[in-house]
Amino acid sequence: MIELTGLSKRYGAVSAVQDIDLKIYEREFFSLLGPSGCGKTTIMRMLAGFEEPSDGTMRLGGEDLIRVPPNKRPVNMMFQSYALFPHLTVADNIAFGLRRDGLSRGQIANRVAEMLRLVQLTDLAKRKPDQISGGQRQRVALARSLAKAPKLLLLDEPLGALDKKLRTETQFELMDIQEKTGTTFVIVTHDQEEAMTMSSRVAVMDRGKIVQVATPSEIYEYPQTRYVAEFIGDVNLIEVKAGNAVEDRLTLNWPGEGPISALVKDPVAAGTECALAIRPEKVVISRDRPALDNVVQGQVTDIAYLGNVTTYHVETGNGQILKALVANAQQSAAQGFTWFDMVWLGWNADRGVVLTQ
Amino acid sequence: MRRLFLIGLPYLWLLLFFLVPFATVLRLALSDADLAIPPYTPRWETPGWAGLRDVIAGWDLENFVWLTGDPLYYRAYLSSLWIAAVATVLTVLVAYPIAWSMAQASPRWRTVLVLLVILPFWTSFLIRVYAWIGILSNEGLLNQVLMAVGLISDPLIILNTNTAVYIGIVYTYLPFAVLPIYANVERMDPALLEAACDLGCSRLEAFWRVVIPLSIPGLLAASFLVFIPTVGEFIIPSLLGGSDTLMIGRVLWDEFFANRDWPVASAVAIVLLVLLIVPIVLFQRQAQRQREAEQ
Repeated sequence: MIELTGLSKRYGAVSAVQDIDLKIYEREFFSLLGPSGCGKTTIMRMLAGFEEPSDGTMRLGGEDLIRVPPNKRPVNMMFQSYALFPHLTVADNIAFGLRRDGLSRGQIANRVAEMLRLVQLTDLAKRKPDQISGGQRQRVALARSLAKAPKLLLLDEPLGALDKKLRTETQFELMDIQEKTGTTFVIVTHDQEEAMTMSSRVAVMDRGKIVQVATPSEIYEYPQTRYVAEFIGDVNLIEVKAGNAVEDRLTLNWPGEGPISALVKDPVAAGTECALAIRPEKVVISRDRPALDNVVQGQVTDIAYLGNVTTYHVETGNGQILKALVANAQQSAAQGFTWFDMVWLGWNADRGVVLTQ
Repeated sequence: MRRLFLIGLPYLWLLLFFLVPFATVLRLALSDADLAIPPYTPRWETPGWAGLRDVIAGWDLENFVWLTGDPLYYRAYLSSLWIAAVATVLTVLVAYPIAWSMAQASPRWRTVLVLLVILPFWTSFLIRVYAWIGILSNEGLLNQVLMAVGLISDPLIILNTNTAVYIGIVYTYLPFAVLPIYANVERMDPALLEAACDLGCSRLEAFWRVVIPLSIPGLLAASFLVFIPTVGEFIIPSLLGGSDTLMIGRVLWDEFFANRDWPVASAVAIVLLVLLIVPIVLFQRQAQRQREAEQ
């Protein structure tokens, strides 16, 4: 539905966004994920019409969006600060956009009531924004931006101002509302957990460029670059040199340790410097040498007990620290590894991902 | 004890510098004019309580009654209120765009701009008003420039008219209007304007429906700060105004120094004060409400 091609934005000599090609489909819950200053907000502001692209095209349902001023776009935005009008009541805030459309009083009242029901704020319709809580303000902002039934809703860090517990609840509420209204949501966030939980697809951004666009599980399991692997979740990166491949099984030379192997989709030339990324929960830790494709011995240097899981930091013979995550299925620490224990780590060839970038 | 001292200090200040002078003026207003030094009667001649009783016995409201008799006075009051009201509207109209554009500047520039707004205070107010005579007179700077450019062939007569008074007031009181409006709009979330545009407003409509309603506290504060001192303004109408510029400040001056009628002049001052109590109380209420809203 939305198609961005070669989209760029420069401020003087500084390039905020470079050469973005992106397709977002109807009814999608799409996330732009990246650290602050990566250009995700700039893309959103260009979609809303507050910034003009320096280059490239922006189409919405086949129509050129760039020429349409922000107040005429079928796009609405929920602002990070919510930007509720402090002089208007909750109901008037929601009605604000509808009034501009010249709807009749009855139509406006019906739509406002419908929106208030959607975000469960019917009782607070007459309050002013400074008389309700932060979580309620967030819902008013959502209702106001959805009231005009936009084709595309932009959400700028929608949960950023909420505390952790409320955030988790609101995530599910947002997903619910997105499903009910069938609106395409594009959300900007720096919180990978938020992006992973809610989105159908995620675009990971770094310094003005999109690094990878994929579903949350694909991004997690098959990151394409070191940056993505490290930005999303926890990861062990082992710097290696590619050896020879037999079909899709590639041998990797790990300096100071024995050769290890990994499965690759695309061939990697022998001698290429690359990294093996492996998630801590895919590394098996045991006292005896496990019967797995890749094994390495090491010493436990750190233990992080989080209740549901424990992360062991193990230093291998060549000084690399590898993390292994163990779910605490039993109540006592039955595995019983402690500091300075010699342990074996192991994983099969299909568990790691070889990254050349 | 320390608490009492802290609370007492401002009250002592008020007593010394407001209540005592006010009592003096009120006493004068209740007295009668006399050819003497000082030029009023009754004077407190015999010390002690008996003397005070004589003074109080000599007081009456004659001067206030006198004010109602001569149409000059109420016309001067009305004209002062009117000139002050018009000047206030003009000042706020000029101040708003200045304050707004100051708030849009980058934070580093804002400090400089605020400084520039306050800068005129560094020169004497009197000198600055005199400077306007040089600008506005028939052979003044403004007329010379306009005639040189060819916009007019005969000089505009501005000096010694009400127009000159308005120009003088707007110029002098501009900082008092710019600063409260600036303080108000500077705190406004710029996303509000964008949100209004996003919801279907044109820039102008967004400004009218969101920014202006939210600026009302600043606009009110600015209006009061200009209106209250302008009603009693004396220097600007006497230097820039004409013979038909009727303002109560000038009437007061004439009564004091031309007629040497201190009691009537004091009565004029007291009535002015009473008139101004209304806007002052309104201003206080507004400031109070603003503080409560911010909590």
